[in-house]
Parts: sequence; structure tokens; C-alpha cells
Amino acid sequence: MSEVKFISPETIEQAVDAYSKSSKEGKTKILAGGTDLLVQIRSGISQPDTIIDIKNIKELKEISNDNGSYTIGAAVAGAVLDEEEDFGNNWPGVLEALRLIGSEQIQGRASLGGNLCNASPAGDSVPALIASGATVKLQGPEGERNMPIESFHVGPGKTNLKNGEIVVNFQFPKKQKHSGDAYLRMIPRTEMDIAVVGCAVNVTIENDKCVDARVALGAVAPTALLVEDASKALIGSNFEKEAVEKAALACEAACNPIDDKRGTISYRKKVSKVLFKRALEKAIERAKRG
Amino acid sequence: MNEMDNKWIGKNTIRPDGADKVTGRAEYAADTIMPGMIWGKVLRSPHPHATIKSINTKKAEELDGVFSVATSADCVDFPVDTPVILGIQDIRWMARNVLAKEKVLFHGHPIAAVAARTEEIAEKACELIEVEYDIHPWAIEIDDALKPDAPILHDFIKFDGKPSNIAGTLEHKKGDIEEGFKEADIIIEREFETAAVHQGYLETHACLVSVSPDDRTIIWSSSQGQFMVRAMTSFITGIPQSSIRAIPAEIGGGFGGKTIVYLEPVATILSKKSGRPVKMVMTREEVMRASGPTSGSKSKVKIGAKNNGEITAAQGTFYLQAGAFPGAPIRGAAGCCLAPYDIPNAHTLGYDVVSNRSKVAAYRAPGAPIGAYAVECVLDEVAEALKMCPLEFRLKNAAKEGTKAVHGPTYPVMGYVETLEACLSHPHYKAPLKKLQGRGYASGFWFNAGGESSAQVNITEDGNVVVTTGHPDIGGSRASIANITAELLGIDVNRVSVLIGDTATIGFSNLTGGSRVLFASALVVTESTNQVIDILKDRASKIWNIEKEAIEWENGEARPAGDNAGKFKPLSLVELAEQATPTGGPIGAGHQVNTVGAEGGFATHICDVEVDIELGIARVIRYTAAQDVGKAIHPAYVEGQLQGGVVQGIGWALNEEYIYNKEGKLDNPGFLDYRIPVCSDLPMIDTILVEVPNPQHPQGVRGVGEVPIVPPLSAIANAIYNAIGTRFYSLPMSPPKVLEKISD
Repeated sequence: MSEVKFISPETIEQAVDAYSKSSKEGKTKILAGGTDLLVQIRSGISQPDTIIDIKNIKELKEISNDNGSYTIGAAVAGAVLDEEEDFGNNWPGVLEALRLIGSEQIQGRASLGGNLCNASPAGDSVPALIASGATVKLQGPEGERNMPIESFHVGPGKTNLKNGEIVVNFQFPKKQKHSGDAYLRMIPRTEMDIAVVGCAVNVTIENDKCVDARVALGAVAPTALLVEDASKALIGSNFEKEAVEKAALACEAACNPIDDKRGTISYRKKVSKVLFKRALEKAIERAKRG
Repeated sequence: MNEMDNKWIGKNTIRPDGADKVTGRAEYAADTIMPGMIWGKVLRSPHPHATIKSINTKKAEELDGVFSVATSADCVDFPVDTPVILGIQDIRWMARNVLAKEKVLFHGHPIAAVAARTEEIAEKACELIEVEYDIHPWAIEIDDALKPDAPILHDFIKFDGKPSNIAGTLEHKKGDIEEGFKEADIIIEREFETAAVHQGYLETHACLVSVSPDDRTIIWSSSQGQFMVRAMTSFITGIPQSSIRAIPAEIGGGFGGKTIVYLEPVATILSKKSGRPVKMVMTREEVMRASGPTSGSKSKVKIGAKNNGEITAAQGTFYLQAGAFPGAPIRGAAGCCLAPYDIPNAHTLGYDVVSNRSKVAAYRAPGAPIGAYAVECVLDEVAEALKMCPLEFRLKNAAKEGTKAVHGPTYPVMGYVETLEACLSHPHYKAPLKKLQGRGYASGFWFNAGGESSAQVNITEDGNVVVTTGHPDIGGSRASIANITAELLGIDVNRVSVLIGDTATIGFSNLTGGSRVLFASALVVTESTNQVIDILKDRASKIWNIEKEAIEWENGEARPAGDNAGKFKPLSLVELAEQATPTGGPIGAGHQVNTVGAEGGFATHICDVEVDIELGIARVIRYTAAQDVGKAIHPAYVEGQLQGGVVQGIGWALNEEYIYNKEGKLDNPGFLDYRIPVCSDLPMIDTILVEVPNPQHPQGVRGVGEVPIVPPLSAIANAIYNAIGTRFYSLPMSPPKVLEKISD
């Protein structure tokens, strides 16, 4: 890296303007916490000539709660969201996923928006966001639009963002009564690691019956997945063994992983079932409590 | 010295390097800067195996901001067929590892280096160097290197009369192995594999070198031996040792990996050619790709025992990766593996196998964990077959004073049995286990070493003490030496400063390795301090005008003794220092010697694991390490050595491994995918310091730093078996491997 232009806009419009006018081919990078970007620059994977720091844009740092519907700015750091007590009560799975990213120091910087835009298939917060049913608000030269999280990614490192478009915030649905979410990941160590498999589950229970369910997997395919067959298997069930097993098999079937240094195809498939069951158990427990 | 009276030996005094380290003041090699300094970068091989047809550096040299370029043509030429031995290294290989000559032998092998105004320019210039290769097939794994049609790395290396990748063997024999197995009621034979693992020091290799026009050279670098740096740089550059001053920086971890040079000779050549000081700092990726891990291995071990638990015969064959150049630590594997036991008939054989990997470097008890892993796992199976407690089984066969070891020596006083007894009587041995938890045991041995050491003890004008030694402190030698000096002189430990001298200010001292440093430096410091005490008595005798022999040194002061007792007021160190000039001048003494009498160290470990059988994750939940430490001069440091060794062993056993891709390139050259344990992976490592003093040392010191990495690999494997009934014969026991085997 030699000379880099560093822009620090204070409004979304300025950021979008700078981003859309800048050179193409990944030479301009958005910086929120920078916990992925700086590593990429250091290792030579990314060699930007322009960096747009979005941390000084008010909307991107805001947390708001409109009668139970949360809006979280794209650049809000994990440690900051953790202090927003009620958010963790509503979306413990999303918070625990975000809080798994990196060390304490990293947590002071790493954000949901960064984790989403980095577009790693193993990004921890993404399955949890998908399971929550959150949508993301984007703003570009052609205006605003909203998108479900599960539609955001195209492949490893690739997103559906259009030229000049940035992520503004995440909008969470109002949490249903007796619903609960959870995220679990498999890593060889206990922390400071990258998911070999990640699984998020969000269930709503009425009279012991599952009335709504969303299941998402990470690190088992080119992008994080919403496993609709798993949801179908659960909805209407009493979480009886057969239904859970059917949903677990749906998770395994949804996996389209690779053999790599972090795990084999067969390992990832087996683990996706195990993690699903464990995450489901945790989500049910939370749903029953709230 | 009566140990009950010890005031400083055995006490956890405040470490002299502590304040600097916690406040960030400690100077590591990468912290050093000089006016006019430029930056060096290395061009590395993109191929795992190729002949270098030509190197054209013209375009790099012409780039604006470039000052000098170095290739092997700038190094002293060492013919491949003539050994140039320096310690356990051969400079023929070292020179070619530092800058490739005829061939590149691994992906990441240095080919050339550039010094430029900035690191960025130097990197850009490296890309402009044109290298023509003749690419060859490569061999990464031991099996690939030993195949009949394997690509041969070094044509002149012959085995059985043919070109081979087996660069050497080492063998130990005792008794009659055939007869021994005939006497056995039970024989178990198993094969094992371990992956190559890196030392994982946090500080990457770094140096700053300044060469004057008359070739006078100053090297600041992070190493385990400033004299090693001086000697190797001298060999490779041709600058005489007397013109090189190597200054040891504070070191951020070495574990054996900094006992050889990578950057210093290159920076010296670049500085000499450019006339500027040259700084070089490796990235983590460079460290992982091109600095020594220790060997991966394949081995076969066979052990026979009688029904009464007596081992009658043991046999082990060990193939160890050397990396690109000969020098795998087969002595550690074949020599240490049976050392804890009294076995009448034994045979061990090690093979040194070259392949297209980075050259291995020493790693904490090099080779010993590999040998012990195989032997201790088989012993566990034999004990199980005999329905004996694994510790009682080891106790029955334990080596003692007078036992003739398989690797040669007859043991003097040693404390292996005591480590077993300490484990048997420890609460951990009987602690209950839950479902899917298991307990494993293993023992281990390391030779330990003595070797050359120099010390100088000077009394300052104000009556305090400065001790200078020549070994970089990587395990607490400064604090320990301060304890010993203060004890001998009878003064407060805070009045003693211990420094590590550079190559111009202290006599030759062998590098920090082999667990030698405290053993060796305590010997020379003790001798120097005793000489100083003698001088102090002499000064008092002059002041009092009585015979020196009639004076005692006690509690930090000279006292008249015998007939003169009580006749004069004692003279303190401060008072004698004040009168140093009129009584004869500066007070100080030095000693330098090749120390002998280092005795081996033994350990026995107890490990508990819990296995998540759905995910294949084994976690260590409790660990106790008992070790004969001779005498713990600074117990907290000794405990830290034991804990550190165990932690590295846990990493080796569970997750660490060099993973190569299909192109023969390392696929995990960073700490994300090369998984050393993090704090939350580990329980508190409990230690039992067994003290059986080394009779050949004034303070009873034995080396302690390496033994603790020897038992964990097998202790963990045995514990996993105890937990889930599945034996693993291949490391690391990482989750995918564990789950696959359980699912089968």
C-alpha cells in the first residue's frame, strides 16, 4: 500500500456520492470498524486507493427501538450493542453471534454491517440475522431500498450491492411473544477462531406448538443459507423427535460445503445437524421464557 | 549451602525484565532504528522444487529508491560435498537456506533480497527480479519422499548406495532384541503419525545491521544466541568474527526456533553493498512459510512385557521430516523415547528424511515428543492388556540411579521415580470423572545440556553488583542468576543487576538451547562470585592488616574470624567498595568454561479430557505436571516453564499442523488457521516441582524448559482413549479426524 485517499463523510449522501464517483474494481473500500479491511490490506488481498470511513455518519451509528422494532446502524460495534440491554433480551441469538467475532479489542470495532459486507460464508452474524428475519436498508445513487438478509450475498466476497450503494442499517421485526433465537458455531478452539459450521434458529411457540421457525446455516455453502425445509419441518410440530430429525436432515441436505483446511465435507454435514439440534434446544428454552 | 537458610534461592523475586515488558519499554529487534536506515525484503520461491537457471536483478537495481540487491552469489561459496560443522548445524545447508543457490527446495525459499528506501519499494523491486526455473516434481510427505521414484532433493545424498531423500540415520541398541521379545508374554506393536508444528513465537524474526566501509559490523537481532548470530553471519558473509558485534535484543519467544539465522547474513550483505544500515522484519506469513517448524513424523513402536509387568524388549523406528536440508532431530526421538525405563533389550532407529518443506529448526526438546508419543501410547496399551495401573506399570519399569540407559549413559542420581510417586499421591490421580471424561498418563525425558558459558561479576563503586552473562534470557535466567548471586554474596537481590552482554563485551557463550542456560551460567556466575568474595576478603585483610584466611564472608560483609573474631568492626560490601581504589583497584571477576555435568530431566503428567462425541472436540479439563527440576532457583519461573511446555504440547496434540495444498504450498500460514491454543482452551496447568538436586551442580540445577513438552501428546491421546474407548494413532486429534474415527 502506498498513497491512499481517506474520506470521512458525515452524511449518507456524501458517502454515497464519494463511493459512486470513485474508481471501480474494488479500489475504493468502505471502512466501518476496519477489522476485516485492515487485515486484508496488510496481507495484500486488498489494495485500495480510496477508503471511505462511514463511522462519522449519524444514522449508521444509531440504535433505535420503535415499539419493539429495532433499527441498528450498520457501523454499530458489537460492544456498543451489547450495552443496549433490551436488544439482547429481544435478539439474544443475533447478539451472541455478533459477540463471537474476534477478541474483546475487535468487539470495540466490529459491526453487523461490516460482517455482512465482508461476505464471508463463515461470517458469524449473518445466519443469526437471517434467522431473525431482519432486513437491511441500502442507499445508493438511485435512492433507498430494503432487502432480506438472505438475498444479500451472491457468493464468497460477493454481494448484491449496486455500484455506489452502502448499507445503512438493519431493521428487525417486532419480536413475537414466546419466540426465541440462538446461534451456535463449531470452532476447533473456544474463541478467536472462524466458524467451520454456524447455525442460527429462531422459533415462535404457541401452546407448545411451533408456529413459526427460521433456520439458517453458515460456512456450509458459498453463502449463508436460509433452510426453508427445516422451517417447514418444524412449523406445526411440537418439536417431537421426528420433526426435529426431519429438520436436521433438511439442514444436512442444504449443505453444499467444500473440503478445506478447516473441515471436510462430511464433517460439516454431520456437524450442521448437531449444531441445529443444539441451537434449536437453546432457542426453544428462550422462547418459553419470553 | 543449607537450603533452609536460603534467603533468595527458591524465592519468587521480581523479574528484572518485568517493568520494561509491561510498560512497553523493552527493546525487541524490530524496535531498533538508525539514522539513514533502509529496509530489506526477500524474494521467495513460488515453487516447491526447481533448479535456478538464472537470476537477473538488473531491473530491481534500477528502480528508484533501491540501494542494493543480494543473491547467493554474494555469499561465501560452500561446496555441497564438504561439511562445515558449527554446533549441530552445517553451514553448507545454512547458507543455502538463507539464500538459495543451485535449487529452490520449498515454497517460500529465499532467492534474493533487496534493500530500498521503504519496505514498499523493496517489495516492488523483488517483483522485478527475473528468475528462470527448471521446475521439478516435489515431495512433501515422508511417504512421497521415500517412494522408489521420489524426486530427489540432493543428488549427492546416498542411502544404500543410491541417491535418496534419507540423509542419515541414528541407532541405539541394548541387549538382544530378539531374545527380549521371546521372553515377553504380551507384545503390542503400533504405527503413529504426527504433523509438522511450528514453535509459534509471537515475535517474528527481525534484525537491524550496520556495516561500516571497513566491514565493521553491528547486528541487533532477536535470537537465542548472539554468538551463534556472529558465527553464522561470519561464515556466510566472510567477515571475520572479530569485526562483527552481535547485540542480543529482548526476545519475544524462541522455543528453539531462533537458534539459527535467516535474516542477519542477508541484511549484512545488503548493508555492506549499500553502505546503509538495513532493517529486516519478517511477516507472520514469512515466519510460517520459511522458518523452521519441527518435524512431522511416522513411527512404529513395539513393546513386549511379561505378565508380571516387566518390560522385556522395546523397539522403535522413527522417520522424521528434516525439511529441505538434512538435520531432523532423530537423536531426540530415538534417544529420549525409552530413557525413563530400565529395559534390558532395546533398539531404536531414526531416519532423517528431506522433503520439499521449509528446513526444520529446533523446537523445545527437538524430536523427543515424537518418540515419547509413540512409546507412551504403546505403554498405555500394554498396561491395559496387563490390567495394571499405567503409573504402577511405569514404576515397575522405571529407570533409577545406576540404570544403563538405552541411549548410552548410566544414570547418576535422578528423580524419575519421584515424579511417578508424586502423581500417585496427588489428589488428581483419584479425582472422580464424569461420563465422556477420561484420564491419561505419560512420562518424558530430555537430555539437557551444559556447554560454553562466560560470566563477569563486577562490584560497582557504590557497592552494588552487575553480573554479565552471554546467553539470551528466554526462560528467567536473569532473575535466577540474581537470586544465586545475592545468596552467595549475602546481599539484597535488588542490589544485583543481571545483564546479557553482546559478543564484544562478554566471552563466548553457547546459545540458549538444550535447557542449558541456568545450569551453565549458574556455574560460571558462582565461580566468578566466589572469586569476588575472595577479592573482598583480600581487601579487608589489607585494611585490617591480618591474614586473608582469618576472614569470613558472611551476610554481605567481611568478618574477622578465628583468633581475630570480634577484633574489628565488619566491613560491608559498600564499605569495601568505597575503599576499592586504595586497596587495589576495581573489584570484579570473570569465569569462562565448557560446563559439564548437566543431567537429564524426567517428568510424568496426568491429563483429563472431555470429549464432545457429536462434534469430535476433545478438551483438556485438568492437567498436572510433575517434574524433577533439580533445584527450583526461581519457582514461579520453573512453574511457568512447565506450564508453557504443556500448553505447547496440548496444541501439538489437538489442533496444530502444517497443512500443504496440492501445489506443495503451505495452506495455513497464519494464526487463524494454524491453531495454537488460546487461554480459554486451557485449564490451569498444575505443577509438582520434584527437587532431586543435580549433584554435579553447586545449586543442584537441572534444565527444566524442554522436558514438559515431551509427555503431553501421549497423555492426551491416552486420556481420550480412557474417555471414549477409541485410540488415535495420528496427530493432531482435531475435530474432523476425531469425529470421522468415532463415526466409523
